[in-house]
Amino acid sequence: MSTLRPLGFALFALTLASSAALAANSPNLGKAVTESDFKAWDITILPDGTGLPPGSGTAAQGAKLFDDKGCSLCHGKDARGGKSNELIGNPSLVEGGINANKTVANFWGQASTLFDYIRRAMPWPTPHTLSDDEVYALCAYLLAGNNIIPQDEPMNAQTLPKVKMPNRNNFIIKFPGRI
Amino acid sequence: MRKRLDSGRAPLEEVAGNGLLHRRALLGGGIALAGAMTAGAAPTRAAAEPLTNPPWSNLPGIVTPVLQTPSRFEKNVVRILSNPKGEPRTQHARAPLQMLDGTITPNPLHFTILHSGIPDIDPAQHRLVVHGMVKRTLEFTVEDLLRYPMVTRKHFVECGGNSAAMFSNVPLQATVQQLHGLASCAEWTGVPLSVILDEAGVDPKAVWIMAEGADDLLVARSVPLKKGYEDALIAFYQNGERLMPGNGYPMRLLLPGFEGNMNIKFLRRLYIIDQPAMTFYETRNYSPLLPDGKAYRFYFVNEVKSFITKPSFGMSLRAPGYYEISGIAYSGTGTITKVLVSADGGKSWGEAAVEGPATPKAFTRFRMPWRWDGQPVTITSRAWDDSGAVQPLRADFVKLRGETKKPVKSPYAFANQHYNSLTLWGIDAKGEIKHVYA
Repeated sequence: MSTLRPLGFALFALTLASSAALAANSPNLGKAVTESDFKAWDITILPDGTGLPPGSGTAAQGAKLFDDKGCSLCHGKDARGGKSNELIGNPSLVEGGINANKTVANFWGQASTLFDYIRRAMPWPTPHTLSDDEVYALCAYLLAGNNIIPQDEPMNAQTLPKVKMPNRNNFIIKFPGRI
Repeated sequence: MRKRLDSGRAPLEEVAGNGLLHRRALLGGGIALAGAMTAGAAPTRAAAEPLTNPPWSNLPGIVTPVLQTPSRFEKNVVRILSNPKGEPRTQHARAPLQMLDGTITPNPLHFTILHSGIPDIDPAQHRLVVHGMVKRTLEFTVEDLLRYPMVTRKHFVECGGNSAAMFSNVPLQATVQQLHGLASCAEWTGVPLSVILDEAGVDPKAVWIMAEGADDLLVARSVPLKKGYEDALIAFYQNGERLMPGNGYPMRLLLPGFEGNMNIKFLRRLYIIDQPAMTFYETRNYSPLLPDGKAYRFYFVNEVKSFITKPSFGMSLRAPGYYEISGIAYSGTGTITKVLVSADGGKSWGEAAVEGPATPKAFTRFRMPWRWDGQPVTITSRAWDDSGAVQPLRADFVKLRGETKKPVKSPYAFANQHYNSLTLWGIDAKGEIKHVYA
């Protein structure tokens, strides 16, 4: 008995130590995992470029993909709009009024969202089928088509976050106190 | 100019123009109301036929089903679909709020918006991952999470684009369902998000949560971490039963008072970060344009709002006499404290009865007794909440937020987002109801 006592105490102390590190009000059933356990899900691209994968693509490659992958079926010939949003085009927000057509060129505040959204959700109805090179190429096609980058500038993890979107300074944070 | 109507019992006091009565008439005022009604035609049945037993009073009923559905006589109480064939665009289903009463939206009628259909998720295979600026990167099964301590709260969910047709410079002739049907209210049961955040151990330098769903578009939004600790839930139950597939089965984020799109359905990932992810929906759709070409970013909150559901466009008043004006008020910034109703287009106002207990960020039912004298009137409502917020008058709202230059053609178009001004119903001498702005 006496030999068991120190062991029991040690176990008790260990339990205390580990529970102190865990949340007190939770059953703590979450399984500890590492980034490699959910790599396919870790797809968010932040505005500063965090998350952008290796790879590269050009506007010329993107133009071909835009037709080959069926993007033009919804977004129209040359991305000028169809059943879904116009992706190349720069209508005036002031002239259009409060329901003006918000486009990549006249509205989007950062370029990271192009990569994030195309890889996340496009093309309908077969998302998650484009390679990272193809996503970069489509980003380059849309940015060059809107005269935001030169036709020959490839998009990659270094160049995309540096793109300055024309409308980036026209946003007002509605409720700063809620952030 | 207050006058008392002689009713034979409690006198009915007119509290505002065109026949709005004191709300006390609703409380045990049966006799008083009967008195008020006799001012119109006394309802009498044609004396010819005495009552007999209809067939259902002489035969056994049908066999009890395992899952109840409404009476076949209520077939028209359904949602309106914007994209019934599932074309490659968003599918909206608007709730028939003017055909419902109380404050809870039944699950089959709860509004839904799906950008690429309803995913068919097997809960046994669904996972939630919490990662980023946390001490412990965690993965949960649905079964795990169902063991966590739960809370139940009643909250509305409203699309940031609900009522967008009201931005039209000319009022669209449309029902409450068409104009305001992208809002619903339910009792949600789930795990406070703060419990999960604490289990992961959030870095004090983190500011945002990027929440993501398991649908094929992987719909994602940036949510302030502050909201995560305030009152956010991971919801599993909706009005007592597991979530409807269109409402996010097996689990969704519930952010009370925040625009519907942020309440990520089919929740599968929480990425804790120090900057907003600027996902597609916050980059484009939910940054409302202002008249000068600038735009609001991170609007988030559905501000205080109310509208009359009964009577409203699509209904008509048969004859002068007593009616109850009834509607819904709610606010993303607090609890409804007061609703005023006007029957003369906003010249005079009377206080409606607010059915209690009113709770924060939830539908609240208001009722106003009214005696219509048969003349043309314009009825509307205006709500206040306990944060001091008041529903803006249209002139003030339009001054700040603008209206379209050309009339909006469809009530299902999204001219802008976050409309919370008044809704006015103009009733003519025949009892027909139109949507008007003044």
